[in-house]
Amino acid sequence: MAEKMLMKGNEAMAEAAMRAGCKLFFGYPITPQTEVAAYMAKKMPKIGGLFMQAESEVAAINMVYGAAGAGARVMTSSSSPGISLKSEGISYIAGSDLPCVIVNIVRGGPGLGGIQPAQSDYFQATKGGGHGDYHLVVLAPASVQEMVSLTAEAFDIADTYRMPVMIMGDGMLGQMMEPVEFENLPKREVPEKTWATTGTQMKRKKNIVNSLYIEPDALEKMNNERLERYELVKKNEVKVETVNAENADVVIVAYGVMARVAKTVMQMMEEKGIKVGVVRPITLWPFPTEEIAKVAESAKAFLSVEMSQGQMVEDVRLAVNGKKPVYFYGRNGGVVPSPDEICAEIEKIVGGMK
Amino acid sequence: MAKVTFNEQKCKGCGLCVSVCPKKIISFADNLNAKGFKPAQVVNMDECIGCASCAIICPDCVIEVER
Amino acid sequence: MAKVFEKPHALSDVSMHYCPGCTHGIIHRLVAEVIDELGIEGRTIGVAPVGCSVFAYNYFECDMQEAAHGRAPAVATGIKRAVKDSIVFTYQGDGDLAAIGTAETVHAAARGENITIIFVNNAIYGMTGGQMAPTSLVGQVTQTTPYGRDTSTQGYPIRVCEMLSQVEGAAYLERVAVNNIPNIRKAKKAIKKAFQNQIDGKGFSLIEVLSICPTNWGMSPQESMKWLEENMMPVYPLGVYKDKEQGEA
Repeated sequence: MAEKMLMKGNEAMAEAAMRAGCKLFFGYPITPQTEVAAYMAKKMPKIGGLFMQAESEVAAINMVYGAAGAGARVMTSSSSPGISLKSEGISYIAGSDLPCVIVNIVRGGPGLGGIQPAQSDYFQATKGGGHGDYHLVVLAPASVQEMVSLTAEAFDIADTYRMPVMIMGDGMLGQMMEPVEFENLPKREVPEKTWATTGTQMKRKKNIVNSLYIEPDALEKMNNERLERYELVKKNEVKVETVNAENADVVIVAYGVMARVAKTVMQMMEEKGIKVGVVRPITLWPFPTEEIAKVAESAKAFLSVEMSQGQMVEDVRLAVNGKKPVYFYGRNGGVVPSPDEICAEIEKIVGGMK
Repeated sequence: MAKVTFNEQKCKGCGLCVSVCPKKIISFADNLNAKGFKPAQVVNMDECIGCASCAIICPDCVIEVER
Repeated sequence: MAKVFEKPHALSDVSMHYCPGCTHGIIHRLVAEVIDELGIEGRTIGVAPVGCSVFAYNYFECDMQEAAHGRAPAVATGIKRAVKDSIVFTYQGDGDLAAIGTAETVHAAARGENITIIFVNNAIYGMTGGQMAPTSLVGQVTQTTPYGRDTSTQGYPIRVCEMLSQVEGAAYLERVAVNNIPNIRKAKKAIKKAFQNQIDGKGFSLIEVLSICPTNWGMSPQESMKWLEENMMPVYPLGVYKDKEQGEA
């Protein structure tokens, strides 16, 4: 039996990154993710790694670009406004096919917004954020233990497909303390980084890390090669948890902490004789479209519950594709939907169906 | 005894070499190179002292110098 | 007869895209000559900017990365920290380094980041067709200052070496020019020292090279050299602005 420790989500994630071989962390303070940086600052020097506080989020992500281009396992973390600043760099990282891990502990927006938990960066994370056709793999843990295992896996996914991976949590998850263990973390064989700029040693032709292709045909070719990798990611990397969804009266689609609330709602509604299922996307990109389409065969209705004005609900609608009604319930700005509010919403839906 | 060799296909005809040659022996050819420039050339190589000024100021590494 | 001058190995054998008479070509060659002479090509990683020298990654034989506009010192920091025995240089123009990338430049200096920055100052944005740069002179006519740089709206040119000389982390700052043969020789000496400093672990070195832009200045290369000397040099005096070894300059 592996030893369990009681840890904060943000700190557990930092520890997992280091255990996954992350040797460089470039950050900039922002609430509510600062514990990641603080933990890294304390621990990195002890393992011969580097914690660096950059002059801005912009600088931090470009340091990540440089280090990733030189083949290192590297990570940065921030929260919503900081991710907006990093988005230029993230686009360059994606365009240069570099692997790295980016954490977004989401807070309410837009603008400076607030510091309470939110899920209003779903569009930014899954539909681009920066400019150009590109994707991140977006992982949405729902527990501290999952923050650990997904962080470890994030580095392997990044290296396998040469693309940035984002771990999207929120202040609640980041601050929450739960027992975790670090044994048996996921580990994959990953390809050697023959493309990295580590110096030619006069033994090979030079490597170039770049996203500039002036000739349209050349740029399209690079983009299409990346698209092929995206298709592979969609085929291989979708993660989703489905509970009690078959023939359900209402299936709640929710991720992160909202999925935990959804499971509470599921139990509460069971007592009232209404069958509620839960689909929890663990990868927000690639989105579990097929799984939701399958659930739509037997479930009667869907309710996307989010800490936003309704973002993921668009992907749920696309997945359900008109087969069943799709409803939305959300609070935003740092307000978390309560189980009672969601129950009332479900009763409304079920009432309307009768 | 010195010799300069101009790789005329790389020359953009900027004339910086012409302006720094202490012997004033560099001029432009009448023909155009593949880039469409009149390349620099030395006509009377006997006067070349191999100072390499032309090569040092050439932005395009057109010139090799032997001495 | 022996060859006394030929293309350095570290400079790629390709035709560069620069306009006729553009001194980027000279500065590229000087950097490559220094890399050759120090025998560091195999462990050197260069960072190209956005601007006229954006394609610099095609012109050096060492490993190269292309950075987002202004971010080269941050990218260089990431590389240097990831590959400890590497020699990392950035090659940046005035818009890249002294406008959009000012923060990255100042903070790389403040950290004493052990990298070498080649800063090419030609007082104009070249790649986009001749707009005002942070280093454009007062009164200088550019596409975006058609009546001359007016200090009431556009302020004053930034003197990068002078500014960074106040930053404790900077080890070596020198301003050179490539307008004539003696100055080109001095420029190479300065660039060599900036790379040697990095090899010796001395920290942040920046060489500002006064350069010309005949196309966007609207002059011949020869006239441009004269314009540089007569107009830029009084505003940007050549010399060593900081050398930690020698004490303050």
